[in-house]
Amino acid sequence: MLDFPQINAEKCDGCGLCVSVCGCHIISLVNEKATIIPKDHCNGCRQWCTLCEDICPNKAIYCAFEVVIEQKTDAK
Amino acid sequence: MGIQLDLIKSIPYFAGLEQVELESIKRHVFEKKAVRGEILVFEGEPADTLFFVIEGVVKVYKTSADGKEQILQIIHPGDSFNDVPVFTGDVSLASAEAMSDVLLCSLKKTDLADVIRENPRVSLNVIRVLSERVQRLVSLVEDLSFRHVTGRVAKVLLEYAGNGTDEKPRLTQQEMAAMIGTAREMVGRALKTLEGEGTIRMERNRVIITDQETLREVAGIT
Repeated sequence: MLDFPQINAEKCDGCGLCVSVCGCHIISLVNEKATIIPKDHCNGCRQWCTLCEDICPNKAIYCAFEVVIEQKTDAK
Repeated sequence: MGIQLDLIKSIPYFAGLEQVELESIKRHVFEKKAVRGEILVFEGEPADTLFFVIEGVVKVYKTSADGKEQILQIIHPGDSFNDVPVFTGDVSLASAEAMSDVLLCSLKKTDLADVIRENPRVSLNVIRVLSERVQRLVSLVEDLSFRHVTGRVAKVLLEYAGNGTDEKPRLTQQEMAAMIGTAREMVGRALKTLEGEGTIRMERNRVIITDQETLREVAGIT
């Protein structure tokens, strides 16, 4: 599930702010908990805008970044 | 539940011990699993257990009265946390939270005293572990005092950059902010600045370091 933001259900209080900011409309409230519901043919959150993480007052959403060093290929 | 001897052997506290010594320590060590976001230690609560990370990553952090978080250390496999209050007998100085699904092993304060008494080599190992921690905390004070935010972000990126062989933890912007003592928005701005300067490239959930040399200069690493 690393291609979607991760949600800690215990920390989520169901305020719905993340639902309101999600540009991909993949977050819904299910039983008063924020839940990722991928759309058909959806391979993950496309934008990784991190707005849901930013707006969450309970720090219940994680949009983690992988840090990698670009591998240079010498054109000889 | 007990834990495998090989895992205990890989912990710096127990480095260089003989098989028979490890066997005796094994009796006191217990396994614990936790999911990402689970709080493992609460600041201000009595500290009666020392933890070692076997798999995954744990953050040790302080929280200010207004809810601001400062990460003191990211604990990687093999490293320990909650040791200082366990040794001093005080309450936990900081909280600890799983940054990923984690496997830990734990040792009770009362058992730790027995382990050290029965295995004097452990004392030397503990001194080494705590000395390295002092070094890291001095480095953190140096960063917070002398490096500007963009430089601190650059240092974190270099520290957590994977080279394809070893697994590095993924970091949220909030976690980066808490590591370097700033607000999340400042991290976002610093990443944009670095991208504008051409040292990194943001690709969805990846930060790609494109110019390692210049990034090292920005981070003040010579």
